[in-house]
Amino acid sequence: MANDNKTKNPSGDGVDPTRRKFLKNTGIALGGVAGGSLLGGLLVSQSENKNDSSSKDDKAQAPRTRGREFFARYEDFLVLAAATELIFPKDDNGPGAIDLDVPYFIDKQLAGTWGVNDDDYRQGPFDEKKVKEAADTANHARANRGQLFIDGLRSMNAESKKRFDVTFDEATEEEQGEIMTDLETGKLKMKTLPSDGFFELLKQATLQGAFSDPLYGGNKNMDGWRMKEFPGARASYADVIEEEDFVELEPVSLTDYQQNI
Amino acid sequence: MAEKLDKVDVVIVGSGWAGGTAAAELSKEGYDVVCLERGKDHSTKDFIGAKDELRYSRRREMFQDLSKETLTIRNELDEVATPHRSNETNSINGTDTGGSGVHWNGQIYRWLPTDFELRSKTIEKYGEDIIPKDMTMQDWGITYEEIEPYYDKFEETIGVSGEQDPLRPKMSRPFPNPPMKETATMALFKETTKEMGYHPYHMASANMSQQYENPDGETINACAYCAFCEQYGCDFGAKADPIVTVLSTARRHDNFELRNNSYVVRILHENGRATGVRYVDTQTGLEYDQPADLVVVGGYTFTNTRLLLLSEVGKPYDPVANTGVIGRNLTTHFANLTHLRVRGFFDDKKFNRYAGAGALGTTMDDFNVEQLDHTKHDFLHGFIIRSTQLGSRPINNNFVPEGIPTWGQEFKDKSLFYTNRNIDIQQQNGVLGWRYNYMDLDPTYKDVFGDPLLRVTAKIHDQDRNIVRYAHQKSKEILEKMGADHITVPEITDETEFDHTSLGDHTAGGVIMGSDPETSAVNNYSQLWDMENVFVLGASSFPHNSSSNPTNTVGALAYRATEGMIEYLKGDGGLLVEAKATKNV
Repeated sequence: MANDNKTKNPSGDGVDPTRRKFLKNTGIALGGVAGGSLLGGLLVSQSENKNDSSSKDDKAQAPRTRGREFFARYEDFLVLAAATELIFPKDDNGPGAIDLDVPYFIDKQLAGTWGVNDDDYRQGPFDEKKVKEAADTANHARANRGQLFIDGLRSMNAESKKRFDVTFDEATEEEQGEIMTDLETGKLKMKTLPSDGFFELLKQATLQGAFSDPLYGGNKNMDGWRMKEFPGARASYADVIEEEDFVELEPVSLTDYQQNI
Repeated sequence: MAEKLDKVDVVIVGSGWAGGTAAAELSKEGYDVVCLERGKDHSTKDFIGAKDELRYSRRREMFQDLSKETLTIRNELDEVATPHRSNETNSINGTDTGGSGVHWNGQIYRWLPTDFELRSKTIEKYGEDIIPKDMTMQDWGITYEEIEPYYDKFEETIGVSGEQDPLRPKMSRPFPNPPMKETATMALFKETTKEMGYHPYHMASANMSQQYENPDGETINACAYCAFCEQYGCDFGAKADPIVTVLSTARRHDNFELRNNSYVVRILHENGRATGVRYVDTQTGLEYDQPADLVVVGGYTFTNTRLLLLSEVGKPYDPVANTGVIGRNLTTHFANLTHLRVRGFFDDKKFNRYAGAGALGTTMDDFNVEQLDHTKHDFLHGFIIRSTQLGSRPINNNFVPEGIPTWGQEFKDKSLFYTNRNIDIQQQNGVLGWRYNYMDLDPTYKDVFGDPLLRVTAKIHDQDRNIVRYAHQKSKEILEKMGADHITVPEITDETEFDHTSLGDHTAGGVIMGSDPETSAVNNYSQLWDMENVFVLGASSFPHNSSSNPTNTVGALAYRATEGMIEYLKGDGGLLVEAKATKNV
């Protein structure tokens, strides 16, 4: 699934390349005649058509289907979407992270108490050695989870621009994979913590988005659970528990479960 | 300035299995009892529809708020300890009404006759030289015969569902309920291990195999095998927890009061006697002094040890001088060693792993301390082996055989494929006390009230590594016979060390039981040697950690302690047991 039609973004100025491309193609210049409402309307219709007109064929695209609570800068969100899709891609089993709305799940989580480590012990001194060596390094960083995500995603993006001359989300899958491998093995330079610590955080958040109850904004249509043959929130397995053969059951969401108790 | 409240007969710190059991028994006797719980109020209504893996298992809804208080951890004496900052890695401490007893699995084991007289029996069988230097192995000052009636009583209260372990002492009567149902994986484990000559049996459970009314008249419902047990409150009131049992019993009495959001900061004392406790109402920030004739400290191991140290009750343990007792013999089932698992992956078998219950499983004692000849091994004590079906929830269940990438298409494909095709075998071994594994107060880090945090100093010894390596080989042999196509055995090197990602949920010691005040803090009624109107309940009283789970022993010792408290309150005071100087350690 290599991306043959990638668009270079040599300026590397942080402007969302998809948006630049769109604006260029439609002849609308920023600060030009286009009013906010017109621009907004066009962007919405573009996002609706995105899946049909995608130049990347079967590769899932970062969505613009919802508002964002945490990621103010869309470029960060594009990197997040591409990174989660790389970890948990769309394949014959079913949808990947993007189609499961994992990036929106992470956006909402980071906007809440988890993003600011609300239940954690946060008093100093923070031990620099511990941040480097701890088995759970992300928990020992001075930066909170929201800040770690921004640092991690921007470090990945900067590395992509430096190494491949394109933003991370526009890089080929192979190029993205190189960066992800460096991230996982602690080789990507990050300011707040060793990159393997961020990889672990990112991977866990991706799996949480794929498999948590849809009420948190991921696991769209419970398709994560369907792929995993997990039946969700069911009252009882008393009639299944002794079965020798595997019993396949349709998943039940908490929304449905709690309305029936 | 703390406001002084009206005096009561008994004030209890903590509303879990330890404090809750004391609350029930003392309330029944007519004493005025106030139970102080640092966390919020909980009722079973809070758990209806709580089948939410993200909220409870990942965001740790039921666990202590570490922003207020945590531990610091180090391996060696010359190291600077750092805080355990997040519940993300290995949360252990419960909070709220019922404490950790609400979100437990309900796995029930009695400890072995050898455990209570470990030092004497080890020396009797092998001679003193088999005990390594600096291992602080000691007797409990109580025998199995003495504790047996209290095991029985606790098991009746919580409605244990189970059967007699063929290798343990015959129980004075059967468990009150029959064993739970058997799954395909349990049947496979049983059949295989029987063929290998072992003695598997159905693990005893505090999840009910049928609806049950306990001797106090409390009803516990039948388990639905819904798979949301550990880290969750029970949706159906079908797991024995303090809320549906002992606290419910205590609450039938007007002389009992449970006060939530009440963070106890000191035991108050004058002239060698406790006068009550001081606590902070965490919702208002106001301080209160609650006077009482008797103080029961019934929190988790860390709470109990820290409260005594902060209150300057009992003599703090000093590992260098080898004096004092409070903080001594910290032991735990280490998360990054004791609780590592061997996992088998099956290419052609598929199981209903999504279903289960917290204490549903098969277990065996063939390698436990009483079955082994320790002259043939490079470790002491022993281990249990078990295979459970707790219900595999999807965020946590993404295991793949070795050699599969940790992300990407192949990871996704294989982790989905093996979701219902993997079985883990757990070993759990006895963990013994060492001179330099202990607790004291941290010199740097403070809690939200400005008091020092508890500091844990703990390292892993060759004893621990050797026993786990051996146990993993045995587990691997079983999985091979069960027909697993791929088996993952965790790597344990000579450098494997306690990794600071917090301790296990089975942490013990700090206020340990014995017959000699030189090496123990409480007698076998859990009464403090140094302050006779203070009783300290919970796993803090265990001189070591056995190979099976601790709650049954916590409950049994709480019943015995309460008998002692009633005797103490009715009598003229004094110590309930005469102190003995022993050659212990």
